[in-house]
Amino acid sequence: MSNDPIHQFQISKIVPIEIGGLDFSFTNASLFMVASVACAAGFLYFATSARSVIPTRSQSVAEMSYEFIANMLREGAGSHGMKFFPLVFSLFMFVLTANLLGMFPYFYTITSQIIVTFALALLVIGTVIVYGFYKHGLGFLKLFVPSGIPGLLIPLVVAIEVISFLSRPVSLSVRLFANMLAGHITLKVFAGFVASLGALGALGVGGAILPLIMTVALTGLEFLVAFLQAYVFAVLTCMYLNDAVHPGGH
Amino acid sequence: MFVTSAYAQTAPAATDTHAAPAGETHTETGAAHGGEHAGAFPPFDPTYYPSTLLWLVITFGLFYIVMKNVLVPRVGGILETRRERISQDLDEASRMKAEADAAVETYEKELAAARSKGHQIAASAREAAKAKAASDRAAIEAELAAKLAAAEARIAETKTKAFAEVGQIAEDTASAIVDQLIGGKATGDDIKAAVAAAKTEA
Repeated sequence: MSNDPIHQFQISKIVPIEIGGLDFSFTNASLFMVASVACAAGFLYFATSARSVIPTRSQSVAEMSYEFIANMLREGAGSHGMKFFPLVFSLFMFVLTANLLGMFPYFYTITSQIIVTFALALLVIGTVIVYGFYKHGLGFLKLFVPSGIPGLLIPLVVAIEVISFLSRPVSLSVRLFANMLAGHITLKVFAGFVASLGALGALGVGGAILPLIMTVALTGLEFLVAFLQAYVFAVLTCMYLNDAVHPGGH
Repeated sequence: MFVTSAYAQTAPAATDTHAAPAGETHTETGAAHGGEHAGAFPPFDPTYYPSTLLWLVITFGLFYIVMKNVLVPRVGGILETRRERISQDLDEASRMKAEADAAVETYEKELAAARSKGHQIAASAREAAKAKAASDRAAIEAELAAKLAAAEARIAETKTKAFAEVGQIAEDTASAIVDQLIGGKATGDDIKAAVAAAKTEA
């Protein structure tokens, strides 16, 4: 069981809670959601506690992440999009912290749960739809009718636009979920090779070096992926929010 | 259609909008993995979807509230303060530079004024000194001329007096000589005439 690469995604109850026939137990996934939020919020809070004009190292990191997302949102959705900054920054910090916490051995990676990434993607798309209709009324539907298209092509283009809009939450959630899932499985499989080859005696130990190197290299790659996927999630969120702020913009 | 027993339990109460489409995603892909393990493939196993969703809503909601009300204003405030501070410092620096430039200008103006004033003072002092020297020289020359004149006058006086005395001495000497030579008394008038004659000859 210890070598089963799927085992790490198993959810287990810590505090069983049941309300109205539904299982709302506090699970290991819940625990790491709490941990992610606590780490992200705690870091941002304590790193900036000095509020110094010349930042310390940790305050500098907090400021850099803030400005990183602020610039991304300003470029992606313009200055009108800045009202969504707390949302985008929360999403980025939450996903990034969850991904990075998942890199610790025996820690649960909550972003490897499709339900989590899908819920976050729906939150983004839901925000786009609600804000788009609230701000522009039916004008928001111009999103599906790009300007400067010959009349004959309009039905085709509208159909494509609608399909691409509907596939956004799926692609947004599956991208993050699949990356984290596949990365952790690969890591576990190669690490499993090290253990099983090592059990075969002297020759096996020699042969285990190769998967060991691979595991170390993959760990580095997974840290990159952890950051990259949080970045991609935030960038796409900014692009989608741009549609809500400027529906006729493309 | 492909409702597993676990999904059947959660489906009636999955009123949350997120749960329904997620459940469908599960059934499509989850079926392929379902046979390999005792349970479903964990990420597609809907048993814990309600719990995961609930805790996600709680934790992320809390995170968003804290972010919006505490952390974003906090970090944004620090950055804003720094931006203000930098622009303030730049303003201060440019103000000081302007002040320094003005001070340099004033200094140079004053330096030029002082220099020209110095020149003026030197020129007037030179003029005054020259004038004083000239007047002193004139005074001294006049004094010297006066002294020279007085001296000449005195010399002339002494000379005439001496000449006059020379006549008397000559007369006395002549009468004495005459006395010695002839033993007689030469009359004063003769002698006087002879001396006068000699004097005119000399």
